Amino acid sequence: MTNGVPRRLAQAVVVLWAAFTLSFVILYLLPGDAVLAKLGGGEGGSTVTAADVARERAALGLDDPVVVQYGKRLVAAAQGDFGRSIATGEDATTLVLNALPSTLSITGLGLLFAVVFGGAIAILGTYTRSRLLSQFLASLPPLGNSLPPFWVGLMLIQVFSFDLGLVPALGSDGFSSLVLPAVTLALPTGAIIGQVLAKSLRTQLDEPYVEVVLAKGAGRARVHFGHVLRNAALPALTLVGVLAGNLLAGSVITESVFSRDGIGRVTASAVSAQDIPVVQAVIVLAALFFVVLNLVVDLLYPVLDPRLAGRVTAKAVSGV
Amino acid sequence: MSSLAPPNAVRQELGFYLRRPGLVLSGAVIVFVLLCAVAPELFTSQDPIAGVPAERLQGPSAAHLFGTDETGRDVFARVVHGAALSLRATVLSVLVSLIAGAALGLLAGSRGGWVDSLVMRVVDVLQSVPSILLSLALVTALGFGTTNVAIAVGVANLATFARLMRAEVLRVRTGVFVEAARAAGVRWTGVLARHILPNSLGPVLVLATLSFGTAVLEVSALSFLGYGATPPTPEWGSLVAGGRGFLATAWWMTTFPGLTVAAVVLATNRISRALDGERRLG
Repeated sequence: MTNGVPRRLAQAVVVLWAAFTLSFVILYLLPGDAVLAKLGGGEGGSTVTAADVARERAALGLDDPVVVQYGKRLVAAAQGDFGRSIATGEDATTLVLNALPSTLSITGLGLLFAVVFGGAIAILGTYTRSRLLSQFLASLPPLGNSLPPFWVGLMLIQVFSFDLGLVPALGSDGFSSLVLPAVTLALPTGAIIGQVLAKSLRTQLDEPYVEVVLAKGAGRARVHFGHVLRNAALPALTLVGVLAGNLLAGSVITESVFSRDGIGRVTASAVSAQDIPVVQAVIVLAALFFVVLNLVVDLLYPVLDPRLAGRVTAKAVSGV
Repeated sequence: MSSLAPPNAVRQELGFYLRRPGLVLSGAVIVFVLLCAVAPELFTSQDPIAGVPAERLQGPSAAHLFGTDETGRDVFARVVHGAALSLRATVLSVLVSLIAGAALGLLAGSRGGWVDSLVMRVVDVLQSVPSILLSLALVTALGFGTTNVAIAVGVANLATFARLMRAEVLRVRTGVFVEAARAAGVRWTGVLARHILPNSLGPVLVLATLSFGTAVLEVSALSFLGYGATPPTPEWGSLVAGGRGFLATAWWMTTFPGLTVAAVVLATNRISRALDGERRLG
């Protein structure tokens, strides 16, 4: 098992490098001028001279040849430095990291809601004997995936804050202000979990071992929770990396709907101001999330499923 | 009558739709929205840009189906007129994913070797960053506006298309008819255009219909965040955003435009599901 670790770490580094390169190509090589955006040259501000623009460009290192720019930025990024925010002059990495805790609190709670509700829908939908209930539960995830999250957030504010007065509508203070944003984030994520887990459960229920266990006299509940669920939950684990990325991305919309501080707000205003260093820092952070979680899942897999431990070693030995 | 399909087939056809009221309703929603995009004046005679200040913030009524906003503009008229821009952006984004993705997949699958590896690694990278962040980065670089939003969403989603196209090309490439054409001396480009492309495009086109719903959601999300059309021009996402300040007093301003987006997404998902397989099974 230990054989696989260095190789996986190397893969993770490659993904991070690739995400950096992709964001460099998009942000620094595509046409569009952040300097003009900063100096306000576009709208009405006719006081910007060519000399101002040139000075600003030189200060940001945008004058160097592309290869030199790329090299310099890659070396800096490897040390966690993405440059200064064009809009505020703050260090982009600090700006993003300071916003992280607030976002983690809603994404964490959102993930919890998503796992609980998505899981409940999948388990109940496959356990029940009522065809109607099972069909109804199976139709919920596609519905959750079809509703625009920004609109769902606003509807929740409408109902729970203004009509019922249960929770504060906006802002970042207190646990009660976390609930609605977390529900909004959980909706699409929970839908994915519900769909994947239900499918996985159905596959497992068709396996021959289910009949064997039933024949030995185990009850349906015991088969469902003791055997089938344990086997079905494992494949769903591979989703974690993707889901975390989705939650982080979803925070852009959720935080702007609920006027909360966090990575999403930082991203949205950075995009508005065409603040390239900040946007790049966010993208690399998202890739880092994805990579680290996948790494953890990969390493946990053999621990949770002893059958895989054998397979991984076999793979490593044969050099695949 | 005799030159048409036999009555039995007609009855079967009718039965197929009668047993699926949801599918028929979805079709109706899509037809209605398309008509709105092409000829908005068919459904509303009110001006989507200039309001009547005396009628500001009125609730839904017979005169104003979806109510009016803070400057007295009819919300229904704005939703109807917004259809053109929102749908055009959606279609453009799906076309970008389809054409660019299919081209990359075709290139990778047909050339093989290092071209294949290179293209597929680029696709891997595109998939390692959440698509909304990717489209936000593209919007940052390209600038704002409906067209740029559509391109950004399209590029962010092209990876799936490239993967599927490549897999299909690899499957078709080994076919006996491809070998026969090659042996008969048809040039590689000819084989590609005449045999491989037509036989591998089907599943990719189905994927295109399946991704319409997601595209509507992503385009409207970016428009909600304010990166789409400039304010007075109606777009579905920005209409929802416009009602944010009036949640407590004018619920209709956010509720109806949002419901429209949800209805369109549900309808396209239902129809693409039918296209994906239900139809063939009858």
